[in-house]
Amino acid sequence: MSLLEVSDLSIRFGATEVVSGLSFAIAPGERFGIIGESGSGKTLTSLAIAGLLPEGASLTGRIALDGAPMPASERDMARLRGRRIGMVFQEPMTALNPLMRVSEQIAESIRLNRDNAAVQLEVPALLGEVGLDPSHGSRFPHQLSGGQRQRVMIAMALASQPDLLIADEPTSALDLITQRKVLDLIAEICARRHMALLFISHDLKAVARLCTRVAVMHRGRLVERGEAAQVFASPQQDYTQKLVAASRFDPLRAERPPIGGTLLEVDGVTRDYRQNGFVFWAEKSLRAVNEVHFSVAQGECLALVGPSGCGKTTLAKIIVGLDRATSGAIRLDGTSYHGSDLPKPLRRDISLVFQDPFGSFNPRRSIGDSLSEPLRLEPGLDRPAIDARLVEAVTAVGLHADMLDRYPHEFSGGQRQRLAIARALVTRPKLLVLDEPVSALDVSVRGEVLALLARLQLEFGLTYLIISHDLDMVAAIADRVLVMEAGRIVEEGRPEQIFFAPQHRLTQELVGARLPDIGTPA
Amino acid sequence: MKRLFAHPSLAIGLIATLIFLAIGVVSLVWTPFPIEQIDIPRRFLGPTPEHWLGTDNLGRDMLSLVMAGTWTSFLVAAVAVVIGMGVGVPLGLAAAAWGGPVEWLVLRLSDFIFAFPAVIVAILVTTLIGPGAPNAILAIGIFNIPVFARVARGGALSVATLDFVAAGRLAGLNNAMIAWRHLLPNIMSLLIVQGTIQMSLGILSEAGLSYIGLGTQPPETSLGLMLKDAQGLFLIHPLLTIIPGLAIVLIVIALNIAGDGLRDAIDPRLRQGNPNVLA
Repeated sequence: MSLLEVSDLSIRFGATEVVSGLSFAIAPGERFGIIGESGSGKTLTSLAIAGLLPEGASLTGRIALDGAPMPASERDMARLRGRRIGMVFQEPMTALNPLMRVSEQIAESIRLNRDNAAVQLEVPALLGEVGLDPSHGSRFPHQLSGGQRQRVMIAMALASQPDLLIADEPTSALDLITQRKVLDLIAEICARRHMALLFISHDLKAVARLCTRVAVMHRGRLVERGEAAQVFASPQQDYTQKLVAASRFDPLRAERPPIGGTLLEVDGVTRDYRQNGFVFWAEKSLRAVNEVHFSVAQGECLALVGPSGCGKTTLAKIIVGLDRATSGAIRLDGTSYHGSDLPKPLRRDISLVFQDPFGSFNPRRSIGDSLSEPLRLEPGLDRPAIDARLVEAVTAVGLHADMLDRYPHEFSGGQRQRLAIARALVTRPKLLVLDEPVSALDVSVRGEVLALLARLQLEFGLTYLIISHDLDMVAAIADRVLVMEAGRIVEEGRPEQIFFAPQHRLTQELVGARLPDIGTPA
Repeated sequence: MKRLFAHPSLAIGLIATLIFLAIGVVSLVWTPFPIEQIDIPRRFLGPTPEHWLGTDNLGRDMLSLVMAGTWTSFLVAAVAVVIGMGVGVPLGLAAAAWGGPVEWLVLRLSDFIFAFPAVIVAILVTTLIGPGAPNAILAIGIFNIPVFARVARGGALSVATLDFVAAGRLAGLNNAMIAWRHLLPNIMSLLIVQGTIQMSLGILSEAGLSYIGLGTQPPETSLGLMLKDAQGLFLIHPLLTIIPGLAIVLIVIALNIAGDGLRDAIDPRLRQGNPNVLA
């Protein structure tokens, strides 16, 4: 008999149906994955199973655990949730109480759900099981890294010895190495405890790594379901085929602009943060970037990779002129600057594309207004010339000029990222700094945006500096890769070289943490 | 507009507020009786067909007094909100956009003003320029400044971390332009809601100041002044206290409901389900 049975589940908000006619079953000890992009209803499904649907949502259909339907009263549901179902959420920082030591939080979830528990023995055992040191228990959540916090979340979910673990995008807020470790940990624990897993993710590779059976959701409907290996190797539905194709980055370096002389030279840049300026490192001064030297040639695509917190974003901010180096200098076309003192006439030569397409446009201003903002750097332009530039930029990224009058909320994430690229292009810059240009996008549009970047580079002879932790993306687009750790550049080379024969320990870890391509035996 | 009225509390609050405001505006051009008309023989009349709400201790028509008092209350509170916004919001935006010493100065300045309750400021102003409605406006307005400065700074700080502000800086905008183009439009909803709250607080403060004789002076009238005149007679003629008191309560409730409704209607989090910039 199946442990969890969901039949004909529909969830609606008022008149809009966000999940419709969903049915699946999970056997005891089975690892089941739900794949879907943002807005596909996958998270609502998991919340419905746990009885945690937000206010205003109504549910029809049947959810049964061990053949018995879920209790109607909130009190019984809470008890069931505590004892049978464990949940791990996406954002480990907000899911933990910042004012409680983690051992107390784990102990609390033991006490709430089991009557005769030896808390003093079980908390260290749970911490050990999730790969934490007992001494971590006496810390507060902010004293732990993202990966450690997610381990604490898993320990709390395990505290009640559940039969079913629901993990909703548990690794998408983590960097590559930690992500792999947490995935391996979940797999190991499920196997050891013979616990069923409902794993919800947009990341096909993570699902392929973890799950034996998968379901693919699209716009609230289940489009395909089956054994993981089979679904990924020979997807039947169009949508699944598209997803599987999009999860592999095809090399985009067929045609490249010729690489010219040095455009930008970073010479010994160091950035220190003052002692009392930062909450997390209050005791010691933090050196985010440490004596970094490199140069970018005209027409080159240089990638800067490294784990989160390695200083790559700080370095990008200094290069574009949002931050100022403590020491060292940068030379752009022979002009030397230190960051925020980038001379105004040169600002138009460097553009930045932000990671989050939702935060990068002012919601109260039209797209045209936002896009024309950088043109203030070219005082000579009159109104028709500005309009011509806007149209040129918008059509270059494959969108229509009509869209200039609309507002940001009318666009999807992928369109916004195109518009963000258009904004970066209006001043006809020489260097484009891209901070994680595709990591906030749905899998199916990542490939399009990358192809767009490759086309634009060829068309306008652009130079790219790409900041990322996504090695597959970097391998597809970069000419040269710099690996950064703790503010220093530790390895440099061509992508093939870096990924097939990594020299430095960190590079080896990064390459080792890559999940195998789907559809191939792992 | 249609969206705004989809929120019932907003519709009720706004309509009630507008009714009171209309009553106040009408008093400027017409009242059943002139409010200065003292007529001792007809004093302490109960409600009659001629004097709907009766007459007070000097024989003045209560309805006319309530109408004029409502206008005074609205006027004082509204001008005080305008003063508070006009000075406080630029200060708060400057604190958020410039940071550093400017921010420190603004925060200490608002701490300094917060340290003096409106009554103390009113006493100070009375000593300097004498009592009257302008004095109440000034006192309440000064008190509103740090409130708006803090709300504007708080909202602006959370907006300032977003990428479009960084994009604006990359485009060469200076701090003033960042504040004007990017910060202000995104905190407008906060400011409007705070404005209605301060409006209702202002009406209460005006009543309070008039009650202790620091606000509106006769022959002008205000709801607080009417309360003061009637307090000694409460047990004999309760209607003289109840009517202005009830008017104050109803206006404040109407404004608060409208403020709540406005927050629900304007808050982008509740609107399109898009990630909110004022998280």
